[in-house]
Amino acid sequence: MKNHVWRPLSVALALVAAILLFRYFYVPKDFGSGKYGFMYSYHRQADEEQWKNMPVRYQNTGGQQMHESCRECHAEEVAGRTKELHGIIACEDCHGPARNHPDDPETLPVDRGRDLCLRCHTSLSYITSDRKRIPGIDAKEHNPGSECVECHNPHNPRLEDMQR
Amino acid sequence: MNRRDFLKGTIVVIAGAAVPLSSLEFFDPCEVLAVNPGIHWAFLVDTYKCVGCGFCVKACKLENDVPLEAKVTRTWVERYVYTRDGHQYVDSPDGALQGFPEPRIDMGLGEFKEIEPDNVGKAFFVPKLCNHCDTPPCTQVCPVGATYKNDEGVVLVDRSWCIGCGYCIMACPYGARYFHPVYKVADKCTLCYHRITKGLPPACVEACPFGARKICNIQDSNDPVTRLILSERVGILKEEFGTRPQAFYIGLTAEVR
Ligand code: HEC
Ligand code: HEC
Ligand code: HEC
Ligand code: HEC
Repeated sequence: MKNHVWRPLSVALALVAAILLFRYFYVPKDFGSGKYGFMYSYHRQADEEQWKNMPVRYQNTGGQQMHESCRECHAEEVAGRTKELHGIIACEDCHGPARNHPDDPETLPVDRGRDLCLRCHTSLSYITSDRKRIPGIDAKEHNPGSECVECHNPHNPRLEDMQR
Repeated sequence: MNRRDFLKGTIVVIAGAAVPLSSLEFFDPCEVLAVNPGIHWAFLVDTYKCVGCGFCVKACKLENDVPLEAKVTRTWVERYVYTRDGHQYVDSPDGALQGFPEPRIDMGLGEFKEIEPDNVGKAFFVPKLCNHCDTPPCTQVCPVGATYKNDEGVVLVDRSWCIGCGYCIMACPYGARYFHPVYKVADKCTLCYHRITKGLPPACVEACPFGARKICNIQDSNDPVTRLILSERVGILKEEFGTRPQAFYIGLTAEVR
């Protein structure tokens, strides 16, 4: 074959070799695929560890159980809770993630706004969902302008136990 | 064609058609699980129990460093309202970060639709999140190998490798991915991988007061949630896309997609 074939071909081959060499050094060695094959799971294995090491903020105290780890210092708030009323709501839902409270942060936010309660207590007539179980109020009619916690105790909202 | 050839051909066709049918017919999930021990995370949403408080959305954002004020979220709650006069409405103001504090429907663009309480036929809430599909279209389209399904069935994004091209965001039929405003990469639900690998429930599951959101290892047939998935009439979203979602829903209607 003639020169005019070999010359461009060698340039092309050199280019391919250069790309492969670059790829060899640039792509991390732990790239590979797992159980789901090349199509779905080609990735850098070390990334799974990175996701595992993200910080945990919410402490495992909510869910369906009472918030026992807070009882030690906030006995009053924990004691007021009953499973039928607000006891099912995790403290952290209203007060934000506890992280390492009381070391860090030293205190948790207290949201006294009406919006916090209206998440669940806005009157919605949705009989096909469990929303029907929660007593609803019309925010425009039910004591507008005052915070709910002026009258209701958020930890024990039982109407019979109301101070006023 | 003589009679013998015709009969032979007929038998072959019938036998061929019968095999895939019968293999579908007698599919028993428990048997499949027994031969593949290991971990495979699955999610269960009970739409009857959800009251739309939005604490899951708040918890997810705070746990996973998604700015509260940004209009993106890894999980969100949709409200479906069917009126007696035959209309359907769906909304999800801010992804239900503040729940649904108003009875009126947010139609978008600052428009709202008041619905008379008497006119509400059925209405319910549907929490949504990444389905962690078994054949995820989003990981297929990634040009750089930055998003993947790991061996435990969780679809993750490699933040140091993602170039932010947005292909995966377009590829997801569920709209579960978004562009992270701080890290400038594609972001999505990780099933709180940092929590489930430590034996903790994901933040949204933890935050739900009503047990509407649950997680399980679907390969462990003793797990009560796995049993629920196997025994309840669960549905999945957009089955026709062939993505094989691993998030199961109780109480779907045809309009929920
Ligand atoms: C070891 C004791 C201790 C434990 C356990 C503890 N706290 Fe506290 N907490 C404190 C202290 C001390 C303060 C600061 C009180 C202050 O600033 O007046 C505080 C403040 C708070 C506040 C703000 C009160 C205010 O008046 O502003 C909230 C809300 C709170 N804690 C919630 C919780 C929750 C929820 C838990 C469980 C996850 C918890 N705490 C566990 C000691 C504790
Ligand atoms: C429904 C939401 C909600 C839940 C759940 C909740 N709180 Fe509160 N909490 C509030 C509100 C609202 C206030 C402010 C009350 C006020 O100003 O009277 C508050 C106040 C507090 C305070 C400060 C009390 C004070 O007088 O300053 C503490 C401490 C506290 N909560 C701890 C807890 C703990 C511990 C739990 C879990 C057992 C919990 N909370 C669950 C809404 C909630
Ligand atoms: C001025 C005091 C006051 C304020 C402020 C107030 N409430 Fe009430 N609330 C009451 C009283 C008194 C009752 C019991 C009598 C009744 O049913 O109206 C009540 C009843 C309720 C009930 C039970 C309704 C039923 O049908 O059983 C709910 C739920 C409720 N309130 C939620 C709220 C919420 C949420 C807020 C804040 C947006 C709020 N309240 C603000 C005084 C108050
Ligand atoms: C996560 C949803 C949720 C939030 C947020 C919430 N509640 Fe409730 N609330 C409930 C549930 C559930 C009940 C019990 C309904 C039942 O089964 O009777 C209840 C009951 C009540 C009752 C009626 C108690 C009775 O004796 O019948 C009052 C009053 C009340 N809540 C006030 C409040 C106030 C004030 C706030 C804000 C600090 C608040 N709630 C926030 C879920 C919520």
